Amino acid sequence: MSLIQETDFGTPKSKSETMVTLIIDGNQITVPEGTSIMRAAMEAGTQIPKLCATDMVDAFGSCRLCLVEIEGRAGTPASCTTPVMPGLVVHTQSERLRKLRKGVMELYISDHPLDCLTCAANGDCELQDMAGAVGLRDVRYGYEGENHVFAKSHGCENDNWMPKDESNPYFTYDPSKCIVCSRCVRACEEVQGTFALTISGRGFDSRVSPGMSESFLGSECVSCGACVQACPTATLTEKSVIEIGQPEHSVVTTCAYCGVGCAFKAEMRGEEVVRMVPWKNGKANRGHSCVKGRFAWGYTTHKERILKPMIRERIEDPWQEVSWDEAFNFAAVKFKGIQQRYGRDAVGGITSSRCTNEETYLVQKLIRGGFGNNNVDTCARVCHSPTGYGLSQTFGTSAGTQDFDSVEDTDVVMIIGANPASAHPVFASRLKKRLRQGARLIVLDPRRTEMVESPHVKALHLPLMPGTNVAVVTALAHVIVTEGLVNESFVRERCDWSEFEEWAAFVAQEKYSPEATAIMTGVDPNDLREAARIYATGGNGAIYYGLGVTEHSQGSTTVIAIANLAMATGNIGRPGVGVNPLRGQNNVQGSCDMGSFPHELPGYRHISGDAVREQFEAMWNVKLNKEPGLRIPNMFDAAIEGTFMGLYVQGEDILQSDPNTKHVVAALSAMECVIVHDLFLNETANYAHVFLPGSTFLEKDGTFTNAERRIQRVRKVMTPRNGYADWEVTILLAKAMGFEMHYNHPSEIMDEIAALTPTFTGVSYARLDELGSVQWPCNEKAPEGTPIMHIGGFVRGKGKFIVTEYVATDERTGPRYPLLLTTGRILSQYNVGAQTRRTENVVWHAEDRLEIHPHDAEQRGVRDGDWVRLASRAGETTLRAEITDRVAPGVVYTTFHHPDTQANVITTDFSDWATNCPEYKVTAVQISPSNGPSDWQKAYDEQARHSRRIAPVVEAAE
Amino acid sequence: MSSSPDKLVYMANQIGKFFHSQGHDRAVQGISEHIWKFWDPRMRKQIFAHLDAGGAGLDPDVLDALQKLKQQA
Ligand code: SF4
Ligand code: SF4
Ligand code: SF4
Ligand code: FES
Repeated sequence: MSLIQETDFGTPKSKSETMVTLIIDGNQITVPEGTSIMRAAMEAGTQIPKLCATDMVDAFGSCRLCLVEIEGRAGTPASCTTPVMPGLVVHTQSERLRKLRKGVMELYISDHPLDCLTCAANGDCELQDMAGAVGLRDVRYGYEGENHVFAKSHGCENDNWMPKDESNPYFTYDPSKCIVCSRCVRACEEVQGTFALTISGRGFDSRVSPGMSESFLGSECVSCGACVQACPTATLTEKSVIEIGQPEHSVVTTCAYCGVGCAFKAEMRGEEVVRMVPWKNGKANRGHSCVKGRFAWGYTTHKERILKPMIRERIEDPWQEVSWDEAFNFAAVKFKGIQQRYGRDAVGGITSSRCTNEETYLVQKLIRGGFGNNNVDTCARVCHSPTGYGLSQTFGTSAGTQDFDSVEDTDVVMIIGANPASAHPVFASRLKKRLRQGARLIVLDPRRTEMVESPHVKALHLPLMPGTNVAVVTALAHVIVTEGLVNESFVRERCDWSEFEEWAAFVAQEKYSPEATAIMTGVDPNDLREAARIYATGGNGAIYYGLGVTEHSQGSTTVIAIANLAMATGNIGRPGVGVNPLRGQNNVQGSCDMGSFPHELPGYRHISGDAVREQFEAMWNVKLNKEPGLRIPNMFDAAIEGTFMGLYVQGEDILQSDPNTKHVVAALSAMECVIVHDLFLNETANYAHVFLPGSTFLEKDGTFTNAERRIQRVRKVMTPRNGYADWEVTILLAKAMGFEMHYNHPSEIMDEIAALTPTFTGVSYARLDELGSVQWPCNEKAPEGTPIMHIGGFVRGKGKFIVTEYVATDERTGPRYPLLLTTGRILSQYNVGAQTRRTENVVWHAEDRLEIHPHDAEQRGVRDGDWVRLASRAGETTLRAEITDRVAPGVVYTTFHHPDTQANVITTDFSDWATNCPEYKVTAVQISPSNGPSDWQKAYDEQARHSRRIAPVVEAAE
Repeated sequence: MSSSPDKLVYMANQIGKFFHSQGHDRAVQGISEHIWKFWDPRMRKQIFAHLDAGGAGLDPDVLDALQKLKQQA
């Protein structure tokens, strides 16, 4: 193994299809029009010296190191800013160029510290490399002159010197090493889109400055790391590199946080991670990352990680550490006993959207094959199950239609109930880039999100009341139909015309117009009409949506309404358009694909279908139950009722992530055996009897499937600290329960999946190694996968329009609960925060806050930062208030990353009509001043502390 | 909300409300198919028992859909 070196072509790739031929150093080279001479030379294998150019950002032409000579032209143009032209004859090296370059380097080095041996970038410094490349041998100016290097010169304070900024927990900024190439500034603008950095001052005084001479931490910086990668010197350096040293080998793997699925190089020293660097060939992220994947991997070695299996008879007892065998046997005896006493259907399991496809597949196989029932569900239930239902009804597949690259061809972006800047940051950066190029943005969200507020982006924001999505999307359809904006030829060709007519007549009714529904939705009818017109007529229109759509009692209906909108305007089946769910967790798509739902085998095939079931029976060598099993909320109900007694939970914290915490506590307490398989003693583990330590994404092989249906490899870079990868644990647990599964490596599991699932037949580890990644369907028809779906026709045949009646949720405001609470995420934390809370990311988000409009706050005597009591019909909690007009009067908002907040004590168990996806996004609440944690929070805390005790290991007496 | 049968009646009616706008016959078809596809046998058994006991609280479309489903079962 060695360190993967990615070629830096100096300037970005040109997308032009016109080709240009020129001669560089005597070789004929053909490249697309718009390519720089620098890039053309590199493509031919010649590296022209450079400092201020790098291929992630546009050329700037400031360092003058990349000069070349062009026959017939005077002077020495910079190759990074000079585009190729047909017939040019270029020389990259000559006596004159050599002298000029040496001169440039000499100036740089005269104002640069010469501590190369002890510098963190030693071995990975472009300034060093260039000094070598141009043959720099001495610096005639000496180091005594005006400089930025020394704190004191000639015995007095040097005003040009600036101390290091170490405020960011993950990287440092050492201005004394800066060569003011502005690569970082351009990376922050062009790649990340945050505009946190500027070059302040001019000439010799120019400095890189976060914001208005703030610290990095105090500035707008979101710690994505793009500037750190772009920096050619040690000025911006990862603290882990400063501490450990340069890596010696690297392995490509996939981020285990969100559904964007960024590809990273894990840069290693032995089994120690030195840093995670986004991989330029990653097709989801194209070399970019966010703070979580780039930096927040410290949890993998956190001291609270549990590495030994543990058991206990009762949840009141302290945990006993035991051997793996003891734990498996204990669990097997319990589960078998439960099935004997309460029946075969009294146990079940929950698969994880954080684990690999292979692991998820094995858990559902264990449940269907080993337990003999279909009581398997996954946390996608609580986020995107309506997506699966809605899109399969209308289009015929349970997944988004595009790849992320598609956004580069989009003219109008409509975001509904999603905040990609916080939840899908790398996609947001790609989107913002497109918006800066002129694409238009429409945002439907109760709250003015970061997307609406991002720099250089103008958005049409429709601030709707939580719970009125269907009314708003149907009103958009009303405008499109009644103003004659339907793409009739598309609908006639691709969709069922009579269903369309019925739908069109339905939405055209006056009662669904923007004017008639404004009273419920709170959306200005003019803005809504404007949005509909832009989406229908503004060119390629793409809809991206998130949990603000699905987590409602009408979640599935809204997904259907969105699909209707896309079909009516012909925005399906080519680059730049489509309907795209922004999936939350890294492998939500995969866990759904892998048969994690109680009614479906892998590949979304209903369990009652005899032909499909028989295929699985033959492969697994076991008889399968043909009745659908229980969904998570149904499991809880059945537990309270006394018919569901044992649960195996892999990699999910259902107690924290599911709604109505009190109900979940009651259900878990009623069960006789709960097995938690996780990295940490999470909240669910407080009610567990068996704890099986889990492994991190760094410790196993497998695949994740991101929001674009992209299957990517996860590669093991270190031995599992707990002893076994999660897939191995499931196999051993199954064995203890008498169900044998034999696999030597996850690749064999994928082979089995491919053999049983028509959309996966072309997928294998060999294929993935060869192509880097593939998007399903990947089979004989699409051997390299399917970036864009429904080209030329829908998967189900004709696109199906379905009428979507708005039904107000039963969760309503009233005199006792007059405000509507909605929930969301922020960038630095991830879901229930089990991982991110165990990293330095807490500097950005130490607690959940309640956002409240100044008007509502004043009425209740609440000031910024005050503790408030937040009460709903389900329960109450306390947290601190943040007063802001990002939310409208009548609406309050909080994140849900911290267990102390217990935001889900508040949420009710109302849920989506089709899938029982809980209605997180609307809860009627009241707010009042408070002086501290609620009684429930205190009692919960006490129980948690009590339950987390681990008994000291006693030496056996003689 | 406590557990069944109130909750199951509530869930069934929620499904009914989605299909309602498609007219009675298609609603009955849609509702029964949905419940058959997504509800586990013990939930179906409970709602059938409730149906036999008069089906209090069930909306008309839903009542018909459950009758139909029960006959098929
Ligand atoms: S880390 Fe990212 S956001 Fe922060 S300054 Fe660098 S590029 Fe900008
Ligand atoms: S910090 Fe690094 S990238 Fe930014 S200007 Fe200085 S040397 Fe260049
Ligand atoms: S959390 Fe998401 S956006 Fe951030 S690095 Fe990981 S996959 Fe990429
Ligand atoms: S690399 Fe071309 S001017 Fe700096």
